Amino acid sequence: MNKSVYDSPDNTAVSKRHILTVLVDNEPGVLARVIGMFSGRGYNIDSLNVAEVSNDEHLSRITIVTEGTSEVVNQIEKQLLRIVPVHSVSNLDEEGSAVEAEVALVNIDLNDSNKKKIYEVCDFYRARKIENENNSIIFEIAGASERINRFIKEVNQITKIEIVRSGPVAISTYKNTKED
Amino acid sequence: MKQEMTGAEIVLQSLVDQGVEVVFGYPGGAVLPIYDTLFKQNSIKHVLVRQEGGAIHAAEGYARSTGKVGVVLVTSGPGATNVVTGLTDAMMDSIPIVCITGQVPQHLIGSDAFQECDTTGITRPCTKHNYLVKDPNKLSPVFHEAFTIAQDGRPGPVLVDIPKDVQFAKGNYVEKEKIIIPSHRLFEPEIFKHDDKINEVVDLISKAKKPIFYIGGGCINSGPKASELVSQFVEITGAPATMTLMGLGVIGSSHPNSLGMLGMHGMYEANMAMHECDVMINIGARFDDRVTGRLDAFSPNSKKIHIDIDESNINKTIKVDVPVVGDVTTVLTKIIQKWKDKKLKTNASDLKLWWDKINNWKKIDCLNFSNDEKEIKPQYAIQRLYDLTKDKKTFITTEVGQHQMWAAQFYKFEKPNRWLTSGGLGTMGYGFPAAIGAQVANPDALVIDIAGDASILMNIQEMSTAVQYRLPVKIFILNNEYMGMVRQWQELLHGGRYSESYTDSLPDFVKLAESYKAVGLRAKKPEELDDVINEMINTDKTVIADIWVSKEENCFPMIQSGSAHNEMVLSKDQKQDESSAEKGKILV
Repeated sequence: MNKSVYDSPDNTAVSKRHILTVLVDNEPGVLARVIGMFSGRGYNIDSLNVAEVSNDEHLSRITIVTEGTSEVVNQIEKQLLRIVPVHSVSNLDEEGSAVEAEVALVNIDLNDSNKKKIYEVCDFYRARKIENENNSIIFEIAGASERINRFIKEVNQITKIEIVRSGPVAISTYKNTKED
Repeated sequence: MKQEMTGAEIVLQSLVDQGVEVVFGYPGGAVLPIYDTLFKQNSIKHVLVRQEGGAIHAAEGYARSTGKVGVVLVTSGPGATNVVTGLTDAMMDSIPIVCITGQVPQHLIGSDAFQECDTTGITRPCTKHNYLVKDPNKLSPVFHEAFTIAQDGRPGPVLVDIPKDVQFAKGNYVEKEKIIIPSHRLFEPEIFKHDDKINEVVDLISKAKKPIFYIGGGCINSGPKASELVSQFVEITGAPATMTLMGLGVIGSSHPNSLGMLGMHGMYEANMAMHECDVMINIGARFDDRVTGRLDAFSPNSKKIHIDIDESNINKTIKVDVPVVGDVTTVLTKIIQKWKDKKLKTNASDLKLWWDKINNWKKIDCLNFSNDEKEIKPQYAIQRLYDLTKDKKTFITTEVGQHQMWAAQFYKFEKPNRWLTSGGLGTMGYGFPAAIGAQVANPDALVIDIAGDASILMNIQEMSTAVQYRLPVKIFILNNEYMGMVRQWQELLHGGRYSESYTDSLPDFVKLAESYKAVGLRAKKPEELDDVINEMINTDKTVIADIWVSKEENCFPMIQSGSAHNEMVLSKDQKQDESSAEKGKILV
């Protein structure tokens, strides 16, 4: 149900995280249409990821993590389908089995006293050091959001860090799920 | 065959190819090349409005009265921002519109140039789709797609923004037959995949003891055939039918099964029947908050069937039991066929009991008002207007407020597309330009804008348009010197503190009409009313009829906000219960 003040209060509905993947024509303004629908209708976006997936067909895939009751998410899916350049919308949580991954880059304040500990943590989480011209210590970690959260928490306990995260992307594990 | 033309010529050729006969617009710097091309041709007529907001409402009136696409042409910047209200109005009421806006030349986009604005950005949420066309070769494909999208599935407004340099540049024109629109960009009817749904629908209806049809504007958008099918199915089943504000005219008012309008100012019997029914058949309506009242008390014991072309309307506010996504004409054809194939019948004795109950509610006579010998009652004014115009081909438009609700209650519509009112957005200032559009489309018809004294002033400049094109539009003002509906809410919910709802310094509407070289008439007393209405009808010119009505009349019956269908207030003396009144105050 929407959040209209005319709405009946429904305390029984459970709000949970959903990953939606939206296949769109890669044309100007398409991302604005999608996120404008979310803000205009009062839905949440926890994270958002966009990239072209098929160059010759000009298709992009938008991965949106949102939170809501199944009614709200159902309404989000239908509202997305009203947008003209949208090909398809899948709710990966409803389909059951999907894999998701995200990438984080972490700039770590390293000194002689914490060096050993940090390298241990990075090794444990399989974070990979990225060489760069300023010789700063930057690690890249990819995987499930939960794992990245734990990695960041542990490193944070040792030293100051700067983080950038991509937000998750996800794909269904079913075979031949080519849409359209 | 590909032919090279300028962008402006491609625009005009696309319109001709789409069968456009008339464009409502206003010129300006960024559309001069299109206006220049317009000057050199004879196939498309241009109606010059006096403000762009008038152009889009006129196009809406044109579209609603004909079922065709309304076309608007305006310049960049303020031209574009002035149509935003109309685009939103068309979006809410599902009216097919193609709006062409000029844009500053591409090399100036983003530089805060004179009369530049981010038109596609501003109009993204209030159009079904919009385009910024940067290549003249893409103009014809975009236009042909725009016209298809405006009419396809649930209709709506589409905007095409064209930079001035693209209007001058040369490009190829492609005919509409050669344009292939990818299927995902169009409505895909689900109905053909779900034949079992049709079975469920007919079984549910045949077993119903207290069925009711709840009919909306989707039946009008689906075309005249849809209204015939709805009436036919209502007759086959013998069930009562009520219509939304948008659906008035689908079933004739005089039809024995019609209960009239439902909702906030709807008929008592219609709302009570909605509350007590056991099977509700929603055809092309969207459970709007003006219709449902308090959601947790909305028709608590019914199984709900919902036929809608827009899947996002299913379960949006009200959970339904049997959703059917599809066009009304297609779905009803299948339903009627299935009903006949299965030789189904409703139970006559159950239905008789149901009708007995309904007829008892009818005895309340909810539209009853106490007429007066000294003052013209607004309800009486509309009753007389109806009686004196019912035998003509009449189109009624309205502004928004009390007069709109009285028009919906007291004017009886027998045909679809004859009633043009701003339902979803509730746009004051809609009715007069919409009447202009309807009159352009139906030159021989009688087109009347039932207006209030406040609403009419919102687009009064269009008097000049009406007179210029010799459009004999009639403006029937119920003049109470108040924003009547605001005043009514202030009386009922805000302790009678009439904050800013009295309109001081109103113009003399008769002189105002005369200053535009139109005809002004006035009725101050009940005995003058018929003569004024007759003179208005018989004058072949634009007319303002200024009808002085009781100042503090309220529009009843009313489901006050926060209340349910069975808690209708029938008159001023009957108070809403206090707890729901307090809750209702925060609602609109």
